[in-house]
Amino acid sequence: MLKISGLKVKLEEEDKQILKGVDLEVGAGQVHAIMGPNGSGKSTLSYVLSGRDGYEVTEGSAELEGVDLLDMEPEERAAAGLFLAFQYPVEIPGVGNMTFLRTAYNAQRKARGEDEASAAEFLKLVREKAKDLKIDAEMLKRPVNVGFSGGEKKRNEILQMAVLEPKMCILDETDSGLDVDAMKLVSDGVNALRDAGRSFLVITHYQRLLDHITPDVVHIMANGRIVKTGGPELALEVEKNGYADLMDEVQ
Amino acid sequence: MALAKAKSDATEARLAGLSLPEGGASWAREARQDALNRLTGMGLPQRRDEYWRFTSPAEFLAPETPRAEIALDAPGFDDTEVLRVVFTDGVFDAEASDDLAQENLEIERYADAVTKDIHWIKGLLGVLETAGQNRVDRPFATFNTAFAEDGIVLRATGKVSKPVHLDYRRSDDRAEAVLRHMVRVEDGAELTLLESGVGAARLNTGMEVDIADRGTFHHVRMQGRDHERRAATHVFARLGEESVFKSFTLSLNGMMTRNEVIITLKGDDAVAHVAGAALGDGRDFHHDDTVFITHDAVNCESRQVFKKVLRNGATGVFQGKILVEPDAQKTDGYQISQSLLLDEDANFLAKPELEIYADDVQCSHGSTSGAIDETALFYLKSRGIPEDKAQDLLVLAFVAEALAEIEDEGLAETLRGQLAGWLERRR
Repeated sequence: MLKISGLKVKLEEEDKQILKGVDLEVGAGQVHAIMGPNGSGKSTLSYVLSGRDGYEVTEGSAELEGVDLLDMEPEERAAAGLFLAFQYPVEIPGVGNMTFLRTAYNAQRKARGEDEASAAEFLKLVREKAKDLKIDAEMLKRPVNVGFSGGEKKRNEILQMAVLEPKMCILDETDSGLDVDAMKLVSDGVNALRDAGRSFLVITHYQRLLDHITPDVVHIMANGRIVKTGGPELALEVEKNGYADLMDEVQ
Repeated sequence: MALAKAKSDATEARLAGLSLPEGGASWAREARQDALNRLTGMGLPQRRDEYWRFTSPAEFLAPETPRAEIALDAPGFDDTEVLRVVFTDGVFDAEASDDLAQENLEIERYADAVTKDIHWIKGLLGVLETAGQNRVDRPFATFNTAFAEDGIVLRATGKVSKPVHLDYRRSDDRAEAVLRHMVRVEDGAELTLLESGVGAARLNTGMEVDIADRGTFHHVRMQGRDHERRAATHVFARLGEESVFKSFTLSLNGMMTRNEVIITLKGDDAVAHVAGAALGDGRDFHHDDTVFITHDAVNCESRQVFKKVLRNGATGVFQGKILVEPDAQKTDGYQISQSLLLDEDANFLAKPELEIYADDVQCSHGSTSGAIDETALFYLKSRGIPEDKAQDLLVLAFVAEALAEIEDEGLAETLRGQLAGWLERRR
C-alpha cells in the first residue's frame, strides 16, 4: 500500500535535515505504529507524506499503491486515498462542518471521475457515520472545529476519515489531549474502519493508544531514521524501559 | 492659503455649468439654496483634507462625467418579494416599477414630494445632513441636497410587509445621477429598504432616515458588478427611543466607492448596526467605508463590522468613529474592521477612532489585516479540496461575521450567492 524508500527531508527555510533516510512499507490491511521521542521526525514524516509546504525532499521516494506521492498536490494525494488525521485539527470559523465535509467528499469524487452526492444522500451518509462516533447534529452544523473540545476535535477527524473512506490513514498523535473515554471512542471509530483494503500508520508517543488499536508492526523512530522494527511487544518494551535504553542498544 | 485657493478653484470648476433644480415648493427651493451656500462655504474636498487622506476625491471632482462601460445585468434581489422602484440613469422609471402602493406605507417620488407641502419632509430635508456636518465636512452630501432632483420618499406607519427595492439601472454609459431618498419610520413601524445596481457612471446618493421611538429600519445594499462605476453615498440616520437601525452593504468591484454612514443615537435604548463586505480585484479598485456614530442617549448599542477582501493591487479604506457624548452613559460600542489580503500588492488603510466623554461606557475597536491562513488552507487541501476552492471557502469564512449582521436569512443567502458567484468568476 505505502512504500517509503530512503526518504531524506530538510526544512525549506533552513539547512536542517529532519528525515535522514526513512524506509517503511505498509501492506494492505495492516496497521503500523511509529513511536519515538520528541523531535525524532514522526510528525514531519506525516506532513511530508500529505504534502504540507515548508519541507524539501532531498532524496528518496514515497509511493501509494505504486503511484509517486511526492509529485502530487495535497488535494491530489487525498483523492488518491491518503488521509492525515491532524495532531492539532484546525479551527475554521465561518465554514460549517457539514459544508466542509460535503465539499471535500464531492471534490474527491469529482477528482476520481465519480458522480457527486446530492445534499440529501450525503446528509444520510454523514448522519450514520456520526452516530457511531457520538457526534450530534449540533456539532455537524457548527463551524469546523470551532469551540470543539479536544476530544470532539479528534472525533471529528475520525468522522472525516469515515466519510472520505481513504485507503491509507495516517494518525498523527491522535491520542494527545484525550481522556480515557474519548480515547476509547476514537479507537473504536478507527477499529471499525479496519479493513483488508485499508492501512493505517499510527504515530504516537505512548503505548496506551496501542492498547486499543492493536498494531501489526511497531517502528521506533529516532533522529530522523527508523531504528528498530518489531511486533506489538516492542511498544510494551518502550513503555517499560523508555526510549533511552533502546537508543543505547541501537547505538 | 494655497489649500483654500485650490479648494475654491476645484469647487468652482465642479459647480460651473450646474444649476439648482427648477421648480419645487418654496421650502424646497430654500433648502437647496441653503445647501448650495453651505457647499460654496465649505468647498469640495482636496486630497490634503484629513478626511480624504486615504481616498482621492478626484473622480468625484472632475467636471465632466467619466464614461463607464455598462456591465452585464447588475444583481438584484430576485428571490425576495419586493415593491420594486426602478431608477434608470438616475430618473424614476414608472414603467419598470411596481405601483407605488403598499399597506402601512406612504410612498412618493422625490421629484413630486418637493412640490408639495408635506410636513415631515419639510422638517427633514437637509436637516440630518446638516447635523451630520458637525465634526467633519461632508460636501458631497451637501452637493446632494442642493442638486438631487429625483429619488424616493417613504413613510412607514406600521409594519411594512414587503421590502422596498430601489433598483438602479443604466442605459447611458456617461450618465450622472444624483438621487435623494427620505425615510421616516413612525413609532413602532418597521421597514426594510433594499438597494441594488449601479445607476450611473457616477452616482451620488443621499439618504436621510428618521426613526421614531420603537421604529425599526433595515437596509441591505448590493453595489454590483460594473467595474468602472464611481459612487459616493451618504446615509444619515437619527434614532429615537428603543429604535433599531441595521444596514449592510455588499460591494463587488467598483473603481471608486465611498460609502459614508452617519448615525446619531438620540433616544435611550436604541440600537444601530452598520456592516459591510467589499471584494476587490485589481489596481483600479478602491473602496472606502467611512462611518461616524454618535451616542447621545443612555444605554444605546452600536456595532460596526467591516470586512474587505483585496487582491492584485486593490485598495480598501475604513474610517470609523464612535463618539460618546457626556450624557450617553451605559453605551455599548463595538467596531471591527478587517481585511484579507490575497497577495502582497493589496492595500488596506484603516483609521479607527473612539472619542468618549461619558464615564460608564463599554467601547472596543479593532482593526487587522492579514493573509490567508496557510494552516487552514493546508487542512482543507489535505481533505481533497482544490486550492482555489479552498481559498474561496476561507474568503467566505472571513466575511461570514459581517454577513451574520443581516437579520433576514433569505437576504443573507442572496448575498452569499452573489459573493460565491463573484469568486467563481475571478478564477
